[in-house]
Amino acid sequence: MTGKLVVIGAGMASGRMLEHLFEADTRRFDVTLFGAEPRGNYNRIMLSPVLAGEKRYDDIVTHDADWYAAQGVNCRFGQTVTKIDRQAKTVFAGGVETPYDRLVIATGSAPFILPVPGKDLAGVRAFRDLDDVDAMVAASEKPDAKAVVIGGGLLGLEAAAALRGRGMDVVVLHLAGHLMERQLDPAAGYLLQRELEGRGIRIHCKAHTRAVLGTDGVEAVALEDGTVYPADLVVMAAGIRPETRLATDAGIEVGRGIVVDDAMRTSDADILALGECAEHNKTVYGLVAPLYDMAKVAAQTLLGQDAVFRPVQTATKLKVTGVSLYSAGDFAEAEDREEIVLRDAASGVYKRVIIKENRILGTVLYGDTEDGNWFFDLLKRGTDIGQMRDTLIYGQSFSTGAPTDPLAAMAALPEEAEICGCNGVCKGAITSAISSKGLTSLDDVRAHTKASASCGSCTGLVEKLLMATLGDSYNPAAIQPMCPCTELGHDEVRRLIVAKGLKSIPAAMQELGWKTSCGCAKCRPALNYYMVATWPGEAEDDGQSRFINERVHANIQKDGTYSVVPRMFGGLTTAAELRAIADVADKFEVKTVKVTGGQRIDLLGIKKEDLPAVWADLNKAGMMSGAAYAKGLRTVKTCVGSDWCRFGTQDSTGLGVRIEKFMWGSWTPAKLKLAVSGCPRNCAEATCKDIGVICVDSGYEIHFGGAAGLDIKGTEVLCHARSEDEALEIIAALTQLYREQGRYLERIYKWAKRVGSDSIKANVVADPGKRRQLYERFVYSQKFAQVDPWEERVNGKDAHEFAAMADFQMMQAAE
Amino acid sequence: MNDWIEIGKLDDIPRRGARCIQTGSGRIAIFRTAEDRIFAIDDRCPHKGGPLSQGIVHGSQVTCPLHNWVFSLDTGLAQGADEGGVRTYSLQLHGDRILIDAQSLTALSAA
Ligand code: SRM
Ligand SMILES: Cc1cc2nc3c(=O)[nH]c(=O)nc-3n(C[C@H](O)[C@H](O)[C@H](O)COP(=O)(O)OP(=O)(O)OC[C@H]3O[C@@H](n4cnc5c(N)ncnc54)[C@H](O)[C@@H]3O)c2cc1C
Ligand code: SF4
Ligand code: FES
Repeated sequence: MTGKLVVIGAGMASGRMLEHLFEADTRRFDVTLFGAEPRGNYNRIMLSPVLAGEKRYDDIVTHDADWYAAQGVNCRFGQTVTKIDRQAKTVFAGGVETPYDRLVIATGSAPFILPVPGKDLAGVRAFRDLDDVDAMVAASEKPDAKAVVIGGGLLGLEAAAALRGRGMDVVVLHLAGHLMERQLDPAAGYLLQRELEGRGIRIHCKAHTRAVLGTDGVEAVALEDGTVYPADLVVMAAGIRPETRLATDAGIEVGRGIVVDDAMRTSDADILALGECAEHNKTVYGLVAPLYDMAKVAAQTLLGQDAVFRPVQTATKLKVTGVSLYSAGDFAEAEDREEIVLRDAASGVYKRVIIKENRILGTVLYGDTEDGNWFFDLLKRGTDIGQMRDTLIYGQSFSTGAPTDPLAAMAALPEEAEICGCNGVCKGAITSAISSKGLTSLDDVRAHTKASASCGSCTGLVEKLLMATLGDSYNPAAIQPMCPCTELGHDEVRRLIVAKGLKSIPAAMQELGWKTSCGCAKCRPALNYYMVATWPGEAEDDGQSRFINERVHANIQKDGTYSVVPRMFGGLTTAAELRAIADVADKFEVKTVKVTGGQRIDLLGIKKEDLPAVWADLNKAGMMSGAAYAKGLRTVKTCVGSDWCRFGTQDSTGLGVRIEKFMWGSWTPAKLKLAVSGCPRNCAEATCKDIGVICVDSGYEIHFGGAAGLDIKGTEVLCHARSEDEALEIIAALTQLYREQGRYLERIYKWAKRVGSDSIKANVVADPGKRRQLYERFVYSQKFAQVDPWEERVNGKDAHEFAAMADFQMMQAAE
Repeated sequence: MNDWIEIGKLDDIPRRGARCIQTGSGRIAIFRTAEDRIFAIDDRCPHKGGPLSQGIVHGSQVTCPLHNWVFSLDTGLAQGADEGGVRTYSLQLHGDRILIDAQSLTALSAA
């Protein structure tokens, strides 16, 4: 028998409910799913990382078109249900009536918009769905854009940190005396405030918003106390309200939310409600863990099984990269409660556990949240902590005498210990799924248990569990395929290219069983690099498999024009070069001429057709491509060194120029930036480069593995060299090892972390024979790499790239 | 009715590559796949205007150079989770001559 099931709202709760329903019985219902958003179910929690640019929308989709098709769901996305007719048993959307036998309301919440003047101005956004995120990202792209975030709770702070990360000036207005007052005590709120202020976010507590100001769009936010903050974007994150309007209009019982019983039934037995719009036992919920439990119960109810919703306690984490914060339970002070507090001001750690009669009631952790799950577990189980009272606050390993080795600690956790808070998955469920279903990867665990599939903050724990369960056979690296075109990982592909002597991309795809005919935009550039790096002088460099920048040797800009950066070895230039650059700027009406962070000059906004002519002029003045676009050698920054500086110990400028002349043109897995400083004062910032040299009286200290982009990391010392020659040999050998082992797009610091610096030192420092061989392989490959790509193109190479095939503009005008 | 205009030769375009033609109201990108199939679409990504002719061509799809949206050259539609599409135009291959439907050029200027 099939019945018509209509679901209103394609959100997190309904998505989970449909999964349970179809897992149990795919044929029972003929499902129609309405969603006001023009897209299917996705992981709303992860909008914060999407806003921060750490994830893409693609990554957070939970149900794609294939899934709906496979389950036969009739999707009505982009359609808002406007009315439920309970007599006729139909719902209305866009004037069309759809009949139901059973109806599920899962409409979530509506953001609460402060009822102040100006709240409807363009530029005022909530933070609820992907459209909000897109609008915020767009607003952040304006130069010097300013944002005011109203609300210093979880949502507001995640938005503020993400927008700040995108370069906006951000002010957070918060009504209460400290941030996240529902989850944090004042001390932790203070630490959080300090951390966010350290990132340049301005926090204004006890702020009463009076009005949003502006004429055509927002211009500022005014507070009751007279403060005015200028704003191009106002984010309202002041709370949410259950979306109950449909139910109210239909005469279904509504309190704060739509009232449901233990089985998720509303006052109309044919209608269920779940998610944030539902009220159970006088409580509405705003975190996914209980909503997922509701989803399970609702599915069972629909299937005619008995099921009962019993709320569990929930813990909160703030998803701001670099901030560790955990809170659970009740942490208010009271007469009959005791608390244990640990503060470590130096490292910014604060831990507080609230206890009543030897049982944990609540906990707040800041800075070090490793033990969050353990405290939470003790709390939920009501464990008597009398025995370990004195050491409790130091955490699990200390208090239970458990091993400090994380794997052993994982093994020691009880089977019921909760690993994934969002989905309520305990350790036992994961380990038994791993063994019984033969799971081998994080993705497998996510698919079969849901653990780590929502907010992802337990990913580390799940990985440890995989390691503890599978031992050495769990190798997270080996099973990450390069892209959907193959099952093979980067390392395996490289190994086979060498072992089978594969010298072209088609050969590699054929021999390695590629699943697509000609790859994709992920694997082709990687394969091309592996070819060029493995077979210098033999494999052909395939331009069509290169990202546009490396195909036309200039950087594409957001408007489709290009930037041109000529090489200035070691950051040195001459009057003649500057004159030639100035002439080019005049002749081609270059809009922006900028000194880059890499000690050279960028000409921005050049039309693609003009590139060869620009290069011809620069070539004439003796300049070549600076490869500012390359996954290859970029720059060697230098300081003035012993030639001029009163502290200089060696000729850092000279060495930098020598290195750049020796290494330019080389292709590497990711970009490669070097610097040479003349003394430990380090004016060339060598200790945050991929490879850095610090000159000292006794010679040259060679560093590697620094980063100062998406991640910031100081370098590690590789070794000491006595002469320039020795330094050069070591640097070239190190680069060659990286060229041979690095995965495409993996910067040196990531490669070093993966293979271990000991193994790098063993090759490049400890074994002079190996070092020499690496050096010689580098020198050999340079024979083919040191060709100025600009000169080649000035002489006609790839001419088709730079000219239109035909021009019909005149013809149009004539008609 | 149909009026076909020659815009160039097949070999003007590299395999797995693209060239553009200029029209009064914008650029049209002409693609050639590894199997010598040809397609014409607007050279303007619906996301943020990226020049699709500059993307990497794989199968009968292209990846936008600016933020990696993937489009079907056949339908002009964005693939995967991204939503949007670009206009497609009819082409014919006569021997090695590529022809475009002149109407698509005029329709464009009328639009
Ligand atoms: C022009 C320049 C900014 C400036 O005006 O100063 C610049 C411009 C760009 N950088 Fe940069 N970076 C520039 C110096 C830097 C530096 C500073 C440095 O090199 O000393 C860094 C931090 C150091 C580092 O790399 O760790 C830097 C870290 C990045 C990153 C983050 C890389 C990372 O792995 O963390 C990206 C993104 C990427 O590569 O994926 C990036 C990407 C970009 C791109 C290529 C963005 C893009 O993909 O289109 C920008 C190209 C604009 C253009 O067409 O010119 N740029 N970029 C600098 C050019 C230096 C040069 O002369 O070649
Ligand atoms: C940025 C952000 C970060 C978050 N972080 C966390 C976190 O770290 N941890 C956590 O546990 N929770 C977090 N949450 C909360 C969590 O996302 C919600 O609790 C959860 O999504 C609620 O699920 P739901 O199905 O009830 O509602 P929703 O997921 O909101 O789905 C409801 C859907 O119904 C649609 N709808 C409404 N009315 C109609 C109608 N009349 N017709 C058709 N469709 C309609 C809406 O458009 C919406 O798509 C976060 C929320 C946001 C916005
Ligand atoms: S130049 Fe670098 S820092 Fe500046 S916007 Fe571009 S990528 Fe970001
Ligand atoms: S402009 Fe094409 S993906 Fe952004």
